[in-house]
Amino acid sequence: MASSDLSSPNLSATGKPSFRLGSIWLAVPGVAFLLIFFLWPTVHILVSAVWGDDGRFSSKALFSVFTSSSYSRVMATTFTVAVQVTVLCVLISYPLAYWLSRHSARRQRLLMMLILLPFWTSALVKNFAWLVLLGRNSNFAQFVTSMGGAGDRLLFNRTVVLFGIVHTLVPLCVIAMMPTFNQVNKSLLSAATTLGASPTQAFWRIFLPLSMRGVATAGLMIFVTSLGFFITPSLLGSPRETMVGQLIIEQINELQNLQQGSAFGVVLLVGAIIGVILFDRIFGLSGVAGGSGNSQPDDRVRRFGLWLCSRIGNMLDPVARGYRDTFRGLPGSRLLGAYSLLVIALLLVPVVAIIPMAFTSGSFLAFPPPGFSLRWFETYFASPIWMAATARSFGIGLACAALTIVVAATVAFAVVRSRSRLAGAIFIFFMSPMIVPHLVISIGLFYLFAQMSLIATDIGLVLGHSVIATPVVFIVVLSTLRGHDWRLDDAALTLGATPRRAFFRVTLPLISGGIAAGLITAFLISFEELTIALFIGGGLVTTLPKQLWSDIFLQINPTLAAASVVVLGVVTVLFLLMEVISYWRKPA
Amino acid sequence: MDSLTPTASTKSYANDAVKLHAQGICKFYDATAALNPIELKILAGELLTLLGPSGSGKTTLLQLIAGLVKPTSGRLMIDGRDQTDLEPYKRDIGVVFQNYSLFPHLTVQENIAFPLQMRGQSDRVSATQVSNALEMVGLERFGKRFPHELSGGQQQRVALARCLVYKPSLILMDESLSALDRKLREAMQVEIKRIHRETSSTIIFVTHDQEEALALSDRICLMNNGAIEQLGTPLELYDKPKTVFAATFIGTSNVVSGQLANAAQISSDISERLIDIGGDCKKVALGQPCSIAIRPENVRIGDCGAGILNGTIIEEIYAGSETRMMVELPNGSVFTVRVPGGAQRCQLGENVSLTWDPQHVRILES
Repeated sequence: MASSDLSSPNLSATGKPSFRLGSIWLAVPGVAFLLIFFLWPTVHILVSAVWGDDGRFSSKALFSVFTSSSYSRVMATTFTVAVQVTVLCVLISYPLAYWLSRHSARRQRLLMMLILLPFWTSALVKNFAWLVLLGRNSNFAQFVTSMGGAGDRLLFNRTVVLFGIVHTLVPLCVIAMMPTFNQVNKSLLSAATTLGASPTQAFWRIFLPLSMRGVATAGLMIFVTSLGFFITPSLLGSPRETMVGQLIIEQINELQNLQQGSAFGVVLLVGAIIGVILFDRIFGLSGVAGGSGNSQPDDRVRRFGLWLCSRIGNMLDPVARGYRDTFRGLPGSRLLGAYSLLVIALLLVPVVAIIPMAFTSGSFLAFPPPGFSLRWFETYFASPIWMAATARSFGIGLACAALTIVVAATVAFAVVRSRSRLAGAIFIFFMSPMIVPHLVISIGLFYLFAQMSLIATDIGLVLGHSVIATPVVFIVVLSTLRGHDWRLDDAALTLGATPRRAFFRVTLPLISGGIAAGLITAFLISFEELTIALFIGGGLVTTLPKQLWSDIFLQINPTLAAASVVVLGVVTVLFLLMEVISYWRKPA
Repeated sequence: MDSLTPTASTKSYANDAVKLHAQGICKFYDATAALNPIELKILAGELLTLLGPSGSGKTTLLQLIAGLVKPTSGRLMIDGRDQTDLEPYKRDIGVVFQNYSLFPHLTVQENIAFPLQMRGQSDRVSATQVSNALEMVGLERFGKRFPHELSGGQQQRVALARCLVYKPSLILMDESLSALDRKLREAMQVEIKRIHRETSSTIIFVTHDQEEALALSDRICLMNNGAIEQLGTPLELYDKPKTVFAATFIGTSNVVSGQLANAAQISSDISERLIDIGGDCKKVALGQPCSIAIRPENVRIGDCGAGILNGTIIEEIYAGSETRMMVELPNGSVFTVRVPGGAQRCQLGENVSLTWDPQHVRILES
């Protein structure tokens, strides 16, 4: 995922893909999969939001989203929080990503592990850890109280909800920014300084505009994800911080009001699409990044962006000079490094803190724990409920990985190898689940699976997780295939290999790293997935995250921490495995 | 290969003011020397080429001059002022990079206006200067294009215009023409010579292409292994190479190693006879090993037995304006001979003799 390029619509592979009759046909099963399990249910939601149970048109549900004061307050909270989270994430992540991009590839790889670990740690585990770390009796709360602050009111307010969501999403934001940041040719900055630009000017006028595409991609992903966020407001928020995701869960899982749930889903979807359009307009193809073939020299947004960048550059230049002259011992790069390490440390806090909590000897969750014992792990391993959930999560994860890799790899292969114009459309179609909040996909699948009697079945969960995992795995495999030198296959053919043998002897060994990364990615996504599990599991078939989620509301005890540590352990091992594999595959 | 035959540089400078003086400047990465301490004076208004193979330290020297790399030790004087520690953006230097380094998000006009904006020029003044610069490189109609919409040659000219527009008194060119095809490269060489004449700026040109160096330079600074091998006009370097490296890197030379037998002759294993050397041999002591070089165009082919050396023709390469003959000597080494025109006077396998005027023999330091 780290090495994938989310923003490049360029479909031609390295070298000229030689025409293969019918490469595009390889995409048919994958496209059919997404048509049935993604597009159809999503469209269905749009329709059912205005179609009552009696089969008549009714705009009442949709209307009530805006007219009911309680609903409209939730909508306002949701969109405000989403915008605030997006802005905060981008502002916090940008300097960190910039700092990372200035390291050598080797160092960057190591440092990225520290971002990827919290990235792959599930939001549930992280937010659960904060619940304990910031709780009324926590050391931190006592510290705040001793400093004269309101230590007993750290939780259940807007600030902590924002903090929790931002903390959860900063790793995603950094990861989404990195490909673009790394693509910016560093010699352009040297060129700018030889032309008379100070480092400040070079950053604002050259690096910042060129990095905007990464900012847009990251911001968009953060906005869409945070729109449907429900874990943090449920765990860390008060009723005043209720977000629309919680309402949807309530409407569908508890009140069985499908139409009202869909109506919320539609608003989420429309909000996400408006977000996409705005982002595209401001930062995207026509934006300041330019140079991609779509930019117009006289485009107003572009001119304004460049004007703004140069103004800020001019304004900050004397400030930076003043700073440099005043604080000679503390160069700005040192400050940036300190800031970045601080953010990374903060990202790791809940991931690291959950481990001692699980080994507590006490009966309550506390940090630091009063003593060491394995009793909660014993409870976990002795519980048939937890064991069943764990086994199911593994099984579903493996099945999801197998299904997803087939769907994603065949389509990626078709897109890379075909010259058909359809390839571009398929690419966009396969990326589109990214801009649909998972909640919307979940409700849609809930409808569909209800008709297919797949609710509360393992197959339903596998299918649902695969829909969510497909775009990510697609990107992973696609970037591998684009990096593959297809002339090697031609060489194998001229050396007498049949296409089949060329594939198995040359292509497959070379792309196997990407395939493995795709498999692990799919497994990890499934292993930590909560939204789909919440709807499709139907309360009967529970996965590990679903069991964690239910228990947090029933009874908070250290078994949860033990289960979280198990999840964390599995995730860490797999993610390290992925790193090792990609390290092997990388030519030195 | 026409450009191999250099024309004498008769250019004289209004004043022999030193533009740049590198005093013992060097760069070490850990223990490896990218550039050993060197002394180099560059005169105002001259076009000096840093010529050498990759790893010879020429690009390091360029980056040191531009300020992009900090020297390990030594001083750098530009216009008589110590600028060793001056940041690159405060130096009055223009750099044309190998990959052009055009800003992809800016149009051609905006790229060229960039250095003017950095110098606080008003938009109106800079607009005129930008269009003048575009005119100078013949790209008037391309101002609103983005770099990726231009061909390699056009991008090269934009990079040149962006450098010329603010009239830096010192211009550095880093392998600036190496990405262009041959025709375009030769056209750009003419362009650069013209611009150099018109702007009277000092240009330091880095290249690994000896033909380019001979064609462009007032002086060539030949570099090897992070040190200066030889410094001089193209004619001096071609006609009076001091080392084996200089004799073989610039043009082709037939190099013979041997010992100085007496004040005017050396002994070697290519011939039983002593070989006359016309030039002065004071730099080598009697009996010491040394090498001599003879240019292929100074060797004549004659009938067998009549010349200085005897050999067999093993290959003939036709190159339009000339033909190159490879002659194998009895000890197995091969001499190259250049015959003007394409007249086929010899057969492969024919035994011939080689002669030359002793004054064309150059003694090299070994």
